[in-house]
Amino acid sequence: MSTGTETRPASGDAGTTGTPLLQVNDLFKSFPVRGGGIIPRTIGQVQAVHGVSFDLAAGETLGLVGESGSGKSTTGRAILQLHKPTSGSVRFEGKELTTMHPRELQGMRRDMQIVFQDPYASLDPRWQVNDIIAEPLRIHRFGSPDAVQQRINQLMEIVGLNPEHRNRYAHEFSGGQRQRIGIARALALNPKFVVLDEPVSALDVSVQAGVVNLLEELQQELNLAYLFVAHDLSVVRHISHRVAVMYLGSLVEVGPRELIYSKPMHPYTQALLSAVPVPDPKRERERQRNRIVLTGDVPSPVNPPSGCRFRTRCWKAQDICATEAPELRKRGDSELLSACHFAEEMPVA
Amino acid sequence: MTEGVDTIDPNEPLLRVSDLTVEFPTDDGVVHAVRDLSFELKPREVLGVVGESGSGKSVSSMAILGLLPKSARVSGSISYRGQELNGLSYNEMRKFRGNSMSMIFQDPMTSLNPVFTVGAQLTEAYLEHHKVSKKAAWAKAVEALEQVGIPQPDRRAKQYPHEFSGGMRQRVVIAMAIINDPDVIIADEPTTALDVTVQAQILETLLRIRDETNAAIIMITHDLGVVAGMVDKVQVMYAGTVVEAGSVDDVFDAPHMPYTVGLLGSNPDPSMIGQRLTPITGAPPSLVNLPSGCAFSPRCPLVAPVCHESEPPLFEVGGTVAHLTRCHRWNDLVGYDDPKKLFARKEIGAEEPIAALMIDNPEAVVVEHLADSADSTRGDEKEAAS
Repeated sequence: MSTGTETRPASGDAGTTGTPLLQVNDLFKSFPVRGGGIIPRTIGQVQAVHGVSFDLAAGETLGLVGESGSGKSTTGRAILQLHKPTSGSVRFEGKELTTMHPRELQGMRRDMQIVFQDPYASLDPRWQVNDIIAEPLRIHRFGSPDAVQQRINQLMEIVGLNPEHRNRYAHEFSGGQRQRIGIARALALNPKFVVLDEPVSALDVSVQAGVVNLLEELQQELNLAYLFVAHDLSVVRHISHRVAVMYLGSLVEVGPRELIYSKPMHPYTQALLSAVPVPDPKRERERQRNRIVLTGDVPSPVNPPSGCRFRTRCWKAQDICATEAPELRKRGDSELLSACHFAEEMPVA
Repeated sequence: MTEGVDTIDPNEPLLRVSDLTVEFPTDDGVVHAVRDLSFELKPREVLGVVGESGSGKSVSSMAILGLLPKSARVSGSISYRGQELNGLSYNEMRKFRGNSMSMIFQDPMTSLNPVFTVGAQLTEAYLEHHKVSKKAAWAKAVEALEQVGIPQPDRRAKQYPHEFSGGMRQRVVIAMAIINDPDVIIADEPTTALDVTVQAQILETLLRIRDETNAAIIMITHDLGVVAGMVDKVQVMYAGTVVEAGSVDDVFDAPHMPYTVGLLGSNPDPSMIGQRLTPITGAPPSLVNLPSGCAFSPRCPLVAPVCHESEPPLFEVGGTVAHLTRCHRWNDLVGYDDPKKLFARKEIGAEEPIAALMIDNPEAVVVEHLADSADSTRGDEKEAAS
């Protein structure tokens, strides 16, 4: 994938000056597949992330969407160095993270945080909320016990929890409240960048809306940059400034939210959007008639198809798709960057 | 498909549930999981049941199939083609389960047995209700796999569940549900564990099977989009009971219950971009201690004194199929132009502007001496507050 300025998914205009907050360049991450036997040997590589590049500006939200197994979460974790990338570069405020000394990296973690998907698994059931939120503050030696306590109370108020409940355990809270605790923990050190890894997908719709509102409010007040990883396209549409669509480890389309949702160029984006059911009976019946139903399943990331990775399910596929992997670049007159030889605008109802 | 289909009067309900109540006695008190649930299901009809987790959607369907544990207290009537099912023993239910009514579970990963081939599991399901040779049953299994759109069904039948992808496994579960030509298929969140592109395939398959076999489908889901696309009638459940029911168009276009309004409003809508979503405040009530009066009253923006006094009955408000609502104030709700605005609130949680609560410079407070750090925190706060 080229790294020239032409083809790089540049960050949007959400208040950028100079270098973007986060620059991800040609990121690769593969996991070894080990065979059975007494001495397990590596018999293959799962190419979870395959040449991903994008920029993110301060105060901006990039929505990262794709189906399960497309490498969304791995991308988020590889950026934070929770998974060591196989190759490629991740620069945060101009500093290269992939080669950074672990001690220096620990200091950087103050600015880069993550909120996990499952609010039931990501909080220690034997810790009081107080301790859960205090942990990052203790690790980074925030200050005196009084200062820590004050900060915890503030954080709980910020995320809409009653500070009087700080001595409760995680199980005493509902799903939405637990996710708020996870958000408070991520915000404890005033980060600049937060990876939100499916933060609302485990929540009921009525609760989900409250957490989405909170995230938006926090972003505006604190100028946070979000990488919003999700499979729910309507939530991503609501919260993101730009959207990146991922398929089998690679970005297939990146661009401003409105364009992605109204005039997608890549066949996969078109199919994905057309598959989402909308809660409006008349429109939904109309959409069902025009629905693009993809055949088959996502191929295995151990043996991805040659050339374009989407070609096995694509109705536009031709010979060139098997031999040449399409670059992620502008196609036609569209502002979108699309990785398809036959990218073509198609309005989605 | 089956000899039974021709003899059904299409207007005669297959399944009639009336005043179904399910309670679980526990150490903390009685859990009122389902309260006074009534509905009818006709052949070929698709009934959508929506609600949040804990609203009683799944428990009611388990009660219909007699799958609840012995500790459950089930009262009311479940009548299948005039036969009363409530009160039948587990073994007496066996001749209905799978044969007359079958269920598709949410998680295709756990609803298949990993140590038997897919074909063997389908064969077993068929032999349970049919006296045929194993060979004939195997042929039927392959036919069922073909019917749900699995390519190369004869080869795939010899494979184990782990050799199938998530979407294919859910197709196998559907094949198992339809192999005995049931009249009623209960699908409990059949696509929740699947990706949207696969979900579209599965929903299409379900509707095609409905057309081929004339089965009625009860579609349990929390996804309002899925309901909008494929059902005829919809029931909205809250705190164990139906709070609104009617044809899908009536309920989505003109909801007559504040909870339905809130549920529709909390879904992100493209026309609402740039605006705050409108969540419903609070959390669903505990099913052990239900609030007095209307169960939704603690979270309802339209709440009036009468709502705390008595639980409203299901009022009929018109519509093509009887449109029912469990709200004392449905008449007032109709008067609002945009009822979703009722749920809009200014504050999200923080009383003060969030920026004032955040420290300006976190570096400043990381100092070796505890006393200094405490001072600098306070200093920062004064600055921020001023």
